[in-house]
Amino acid sequence: MSSQTGLEVGLRQVAPIPLAARFGCEAGELLALVGPSGSGKTTILRCIAGLNHPGEGTVSCAGAAWLDTARGINLAPQRRSVGIVFQHYALFPHLSAQKNVEAAMAHVAAGERAGRARDLLQLVHLSGLEGRRPLQLSGGQQQRVALARALARDPAVLLLDEPFSAVDRVTRRRLQRELAQLRARIRVPIVLVTHDLDEARALADRMVILWRGETLQEGPTAQLMARPATAQVARLLDQNNLFEGRVAAQRPDESKTLLAWLGYTLEAVHAPAFGVGDAVSWMIPPECVILHRRDRPSAGENENPVSGVIRECVPLGETTSVALDIDAPAAVPLAMSLLTHHARRNRLAVGDRVRVTLLASGIHLMPPAEFSSARAADKSAWRE
Amino acid sequence: MNWPALLLSLKLSAWTVVWLLPLGILVARQIAWRDFPGRAWVEAAVALPLVLPPTVLGYYMLSVFGAATPIGQAWQSAFGRPLAFSFDGLLLASILFNIPFAVQPMQRAFQSIPREVREAAWCSGMSHWRTFLMIEFPLAWPGIVSALVLTFAHTMGEFGVVLMMGGNIPGETQTIAIAIYDRVQAFDEHGAAAMSSLLLAFSLLAIGAVYVLANRVGRPRE
Repeated sequence: MSSQTGLEVGLRQVAPIPLAARFGCEAGELLALVGPSGSGKTTILRCIAGLNHPGEGTVSCAGAAWLDTARGINLAPQRRSVGIVFQHYALFPHLSAQKNVEAAMAHVAAGERAGRARDLLQLVHLSGLEGRRPLQLSGGQQQRVALARALARDPAVLLLDEPFSAVDRVTRRRLQRELAQLRARIRVPIVLVTHDLDEARALADRMVILWRGETLQEGPTAQLMARPATAQVARLLDQNNLFEGRVAAQRPDESKTLLAWLGYTLEAVHAPAFGVGDAVSWMIPPECVILHRRDRPSAGENENPVSGVIRECVPLGETTSVALDIDAPAAVPLAMSLLTHHARRNRLAVGDRVRVTLLASGIHLMPPAEFSSARAADKSAWRE
Repeated sequence: MNWPALLLSLKLSAWTVVWLLPLGILVARQIAWRDFPGRAWVEAAVALPLVLPPTVLGYYMLSVFGAATPIGQAWQSAFGRPLAFSFDGLLLASILFNIPFAVQPMQRAFQSIPREVREAAWCSGMSHWRTFLMIEFPLAWPGIVSALVLTFAHTMGEFGVVLMMGGNIPGETQTIAIAIYDRVQAFDEHGAAAMSSLLLAFSLLAIGAVYVLANRVGRPRE
């Protein structure tokens, strides 16, 4: 991979934090580095900015090498054209918003700085607050000043380190929307570090999944969420419906793979990588589990029908989260989500016996999980 | 009132401050931000004058910088005047003895600047020197002023080291603190009282200023 406008990163080190990361980000693209705490997201961002120095690796942006340990290149942060928004913003507390932004404009003629800074503050909706110091601004306003300061340098890459984590939910939504709008105006690679999957899903074009400093998978956000490469990535993406099964048959002419699971034979999208009899991990997103109506049968009920008993039924605003215990020798939980009014109409209650369809298009097969006991550890890592 | 002694004390204090401003900032920044082997020992050395009897420091200074020592002789041949029992020696002793008063408040001030704020400056394209001038120095300023006021006031009142290293040469090395001692020895109660009250008022003002500034430093920034 090499790019004249994008960012290319390859990092490797053993200590103090193990790193084995490789990814790229094109101009105008927003790439999310996603992983639980301790996965090295922030360290990688700092390596791009030149604030951390990895054991070995390369960082290049718009064709210029910023770091190349093999060639002895390691530019100081001042010489890397980065704009960075720190998690806690790191504004200069003794300077006004205007002066904070102007401070990053050494490359601009002195006479033009004030006007440019005002324009940038207007871009982030802070007109009228130029004279305020950081302490006189709200968290959301501070974040905007930090963004304006990051843009003031006319950076070749924009780095955002958990930029929305320190503000309340309403402000976060607004800031996220503003970032999405801002992207149309800045054609540089944007790298966003986050542990919030929803945030990554909402904002990113592509995602890099990190685990203990290692790139597990990189890809377009939607594809990665629906088709994780391994059970571990699926777990890191908070996919709860993750099971073990066996390939029962391959039907390439029908574009189907048949999956044997707990005595059921499920149809799945054709997965030619696996042979008949292979053990596999498989997942299905909760939204691909469809409840059968009790009053009358409807079309599509012949697709992978499975029955079970409702173990949990929790309305969460517009959607209701339902967990079933599938009928099987050992009760296996299956999660699904449906619209709350739908759940009410069906009068779902704990203990009810229901039938559901597992949409074949939602079933995704992966190589068998290496160690299923890691599951608990992986999940708890997210809870910080 | 022994005006020459007062003037000499003021001159000594001013020069000590002039020297310790850059030296203190240099050392304080290193101790505040760098992690290097032996850091604890450097910090201990900086703090040593706080617990060392001034006479002990004076004694060692005489044994290292006295007229018969290599350093004393080199000084004599370079500048044509002795180091011990001169204003130069007095200044050197005063600088060494005031290191903790200068370094420690500065160190605390630099430590209070979040690392990310300096990194943000670098990532904004500011050189290390520009970062120091525009970010670090203004943010550490109250601590630096505290350090300088403390150093100045402490030099005004210093007795032991000054007596050991400078002797008691009127007009050359006799500071106000030694002059007070002289007046008391000569049963000049009136003279001693006048100078003492002046020194007391001055010290109170200086310490008051430090506390006002320290409160400003202690306030959260973010």
